[in-house]
Amino acid sequence: MKILVCMKQVPQKDAPLKLNEAGTWIREDVSYEVNEPDAYALEEALRQKEKHGGEVVVITAGPSRSQQVLREGLAKGADRAIHLEDPGFVGLDAFNTAKAFAAAVKDEKFDLIFTGLQSDDYGYAQTGVILAQILGWPHATIIMQIDKSDSGIKVKRELEAGFFQHVDMSLPAVLTIQSGINKLRYATLIGIKQAKNKPMRKITMDEVKPSLGANMQKIERLYIPQKTKKTEMLDGSASEVAKKLVEKLKNEVRVL
Amino acid sequence: MADSILVVIEQREGKLNRVSFETLRGAQLIAAETGWTIEAAVVGPSTSMTGIVAEVAKAKVAKVYAVDCAVCEHYTPDAYSAALKTFIEQKKPKLVLMPHTYQVRDFAPKLAAMLNRTLISDATGYRLDSGKLIFIRQMFQGKFAADVSFAGDPPYFATFQTGAFRGDQMEAGSAAAPTETVKIDVSDPIRNKPLDIFKEAKQAVDLTQAEIIVSVGRGIKEQKNIEMVKQLAEALGGEIAASRPICDSGWLPMDRQVGSSGQTVAPKLYLALGISGAIQHIVGMKGARTIIAINKDAEAPIFEIADFGVVGNLFEIVPPLIEEVKKAKA
Repeated sequence: MKILVCMKQVPQKDAPLKLNEAGTWIREDVSYEVNEPDAYALEEALRQKEKHGGEVVVITAGPSRSQQVLREGLAKGADRAIHLEDPGFVGLDAFNTAKAFAAAVKDEKFDLIFTGLQSDDYGYAQTGVILAQILGWPHATIIMQIDKSDSGIKVKRELEAGFFQHVDMSLPAVLTIQSGINKLRYATLIGIKQAKNKPMRKITMDEVKPSLGANMQKIERLYIPQKTKKTEMLDGSASEVAKKLVEKLKNEVRVL
Repeated sequence: MADSILVVIEQREGKLNRVSFETLRGAQLIAAETGWTIEAAVVGPSTSMTGIVAEVAKAKVAKVYAVDCAVCEHYTPDAYSAALKTFIEQKKPKLVLMPHTYQVRDFAPKLAAMLNRTLISDATGYRLDSGKLIFIRQMFQGKFAADVSFAGDPPYFATFQTGAFRGDQMEAGSAAAPTETVKIDVSDPIRNKPLDIFKEAKQAVDLTQAEIIVSVGRGIKEQKNIEMVKQLAEALGGEIAASRPICDSGWLPMDRQVGSSGQTVAPKLYLALGISGAIQHIVGMKGARTIIAINKDAEAPIFEIADFGVVGNLFEIVPPLIEEVKKAKA
């Protein structure tokens, strides 16, 4: 199977984020990492390849720093990478990002495209589904298992409240992958070395621009959310805090 | 024709998803400010929707449509998107609102794209800014909120996060709203074949009944540190629970997971240790009567909903806390 994995570079989970001066986006000088569900998507693609053969290609859209997620993908075992390289890709809405990916791979023949189920920055949970629509392919979201079948694949979708559903699908198809579908591997030293010699195709904004449209939604303003509750903060040394907490548990929460 | 809001009511296998009433409430609030009319639509084969349509018609809405789609009996993104696309092209609503459920997430981006429109997903609220409709959504895992507006032409699509509005505050109509069945023939191929809906192993732990929950997140760092949390839960006489990453890592079983993909709980006390408070977790526990959060990051979104907060190192605080709890109980 030939599988494309869409990956995104996002700020590290515990990185302190600051707003830019215009208050429309974060300041870019933070540490980044692979969007967590995308790491699971990559892992799943590698496992499918190990089972059924084929090729795994990783793709991302973003400034030069985002090449790091492709390097990681190659080090873990992806065969080649595609980098839509331009700072402008960060500001695209989900529809335009999907259009850019579709334009980038129009001459390829993938059996499957994986995305993580959502990104840790925007959290739209839309790019994969829209990409399927643009390509004219079927899709399924929040996938927890993928098995090959005679006619295509059988996937396990996560529903709410602990329920799941099996779905039979034909190929090619787009799947959005849920975190926890598998156990992530680490890149090996030899993998990191080999990654340096693997092909990395670069695509400029100009090459895909004819396929894009105007963004149809706009972030007017980004801000620290308003508190919905008044939080009483407790401070002091660890033992003082422990005493204060027990005091609250006894007298106010009344569970002791 | 006056501007209208279309609320897509969720049903699954003939059962109404009551989170739809929260979205209806959101629509009522927007309508009160804009003067737009509200219409609701339920999609499915008409035979299985009679009860749902009647129940929705009790709400203060102008009209309830049964979008009668024979191939929509079992949910597929192809059938739902095709049926709603045709229906929306006929009715031309200005705004289409849906609850941000797993089912809606599966088809709504496709539906909007089929109409060459955009979807603002997972909104927690809205605002009118000199007549311009703005949706508020969380970004960066809840660390920031964003005001997002639509560019271009309607219909505009938005989904509301569970808990964004109170379903029990939905206004009832003075009389049942008129209903109409609109038959839609879907000619597009239905490519996915949905099979059985099932639960994994029977859930061993019912966290929904727990009065005290001690819950642990990424901040616990290593599997061996879970033991400390277990001891605290035990001392308090409560259940141990976790955010998704902990269960994904196999440090606690899946049936201990609280959040949108796990259990929704409402204990007397929810003690969150090293949990940052991503939206997916919050929706599962914000109904707790008291929330106490201990986190090293003062900016963690969990503090936005906590009653009591401690910014500090949980590895230093939990051991003396266990001792103090034991003393208090002795």
